[in-house]
Amino acid sequence: MLVTEEKPIKEILGALEADKKLFVVGCAGCPEGWETGGPQKVAELADKLRAGGKEVVGTTMIDFLCNKALVGLRLGRCIEALKAADAVLVVSCGIGVQATAAMVDKPCHPALNTISSAGFQGLWPSSERCQQCGECVLSLTGGICPITTCAKSLLNGSCGGSHEGTCEVEKNRPCGWFLIYERLKALGKLDNYKKLQPVRNFGKMDVPLKHRSTIRWALEAKEF
Amino acid sequence: MSRLQQELEAGRFVVTGEVGPPKGIDTHELDHELEHLKGKVVAINVTDIQSAVMRLGSLIVSEYMVRKGFEPVFQLTCRDRNRLALQTELISAAWVGIENVLCLTGDHQVLGDHRGAKGVFDLDSVSLLQTVNLLNSGKDLAGNALAGAPKLFPGAVVAPGLEPMEPQILKFEKKVAAGAKFFQTQALYDPRQLEAFMKKVEQFKVPVMAGIVLLKNVGMAKFMNANVAGVFVPENIMKEIAGCPKKKLKQKSAEIGGRLVKEMKGMCQGIHLMPLGWTDIVPDVLGHAGLA
Repeated sequence: MLVTEEKPIKEILGALEADKKLFVVGCAGCPEGWETGGPQKVAELADKLRAGGKEVVGTTMIDFLCNKALVGLRLGRCIEALKAADAVLVVSCGIGVQATAAMVDKPCHPALNTISSAGFQGLWPSSERCQQCGECVLSLTGGICPITTCAKSLLNGSCGGSHEGTCEVEKNRPCGWFLIYERLKALGKLDNYKKLQPVRNFGKMDVPLKHRSTIRWALEAKEF
Repeated sequence: MSRLQQELEAGRFVVTGEVGPPKGIDTHELDHELEHLKGKVVAINVTDIQSAVMRLGSLIVSEYMVRKGFEPVFQLTCRDRNRLALQTELISAAWVGIENVLCLTGDHQVLGDHRGAKGVFDLDSVSLLQTVNLLNSGKDLAGNALAGAPKLFPGAVVAPGLEPMEPQILKFEKKVAAGAKFFQTQALYDPRQLEAFMKKVEQFKVPVMAGIVLLKNVGMAKFMNANVAGVFVPENIMKEIAGCPKKKLKQKSAEIGGRLVKEMKGMCQGIHLMPLGWTDIVPDVLGHAGLA
């Protein structure tokens, strides 16, 4: 199970900026098991968003957001609500946010931070990856993870080795920041590229004791 | 305050040079290279494990230069050190009288001679610039007070030849916001490239020094075109070197370099010459450019 933590509502509202109409997608897998997601949490989050002055144009649960074909199929059924939305909020691990962002041409924002994959990793789609950094930045990067797509895991844009969309490491490897740049440009969010990123706290990758001392952690991570 | 800072802040045109520390502890070549640059340039960059090839350290060579009366531009990359080590290097540099620091992300380790090395990249060029300014203000990255703050002059790099250019400009702006006080560019061989680039960055009012790598032979030019991102030696220059007898290559290199400097000097606030060992022709380059 992927271990996740809820992002503070203040951070979520901050990342949504002026986007008013929101569609909320929840994963019925790990986040429900970890009690950071699931139908009840998604309903609570929708209430918090409304209290924060946002309009929720629809919500849906998908089991599981790490299955890209399923994500495409289920989101297809919500096409009208998605069209009406300014942005999508995704209650899942980083993989689910990236899988959704790859399917929808709207800004997709994470509602959770992914900390660890204790045991079961979920289904693994083709290109989306999550290193469980614990400080999800997908809001700013158009739903493409710079930590996993950039060969140097840079947070502040492409380095001097990125040319014509490729990485300096390998000729046929796409530059992660080039992909992010293209996506942000298409979303009209290029200003995000200019935002200075704080340095990472690598301590966030360690699952806190409060999580490790739970029964569900024991069920997932311990051998009996 | 460093002379580089004084000159740039006074709005004067500045020429800097560059030396690469040796792979080993024989520094005779380095001494010769430095001698040729004496009095010809305002400051001299010291590359930091450039191209990810292990060699003598940039901090210790910069310190050596300070003792010998040269002004170094201490290059510091994020590939090999975490935030503890980077901050330590920065305050150590300030303590021994080094003032200019050029903040870079660093080439990926697979481009060098220790391909299996672990890349660190705890910080990047932007957060390293922020760190320099934080240390200058008397605090470290953890928010703790320093017993004596450094007064470092931070600079950054930019590659105007990279495509697409827009993300480069966005990153340039980000580096300015992070506190970059001057820029040196990747090698340029086409003044039009610099002209187009300067139009985009003039608004930020930060001095830009155009970079020129002195060409040693046609093979080197071909290698850069094929392998160095954003560097392009045009056909006419390739022909010029290809048609030059081996004995006259240094003379030709100085001529081409001088011509490029002459063409570019009106567009920016300085030139950063990267002679890759051929510092002996730097006086000729400057002569051809009308800067001697």
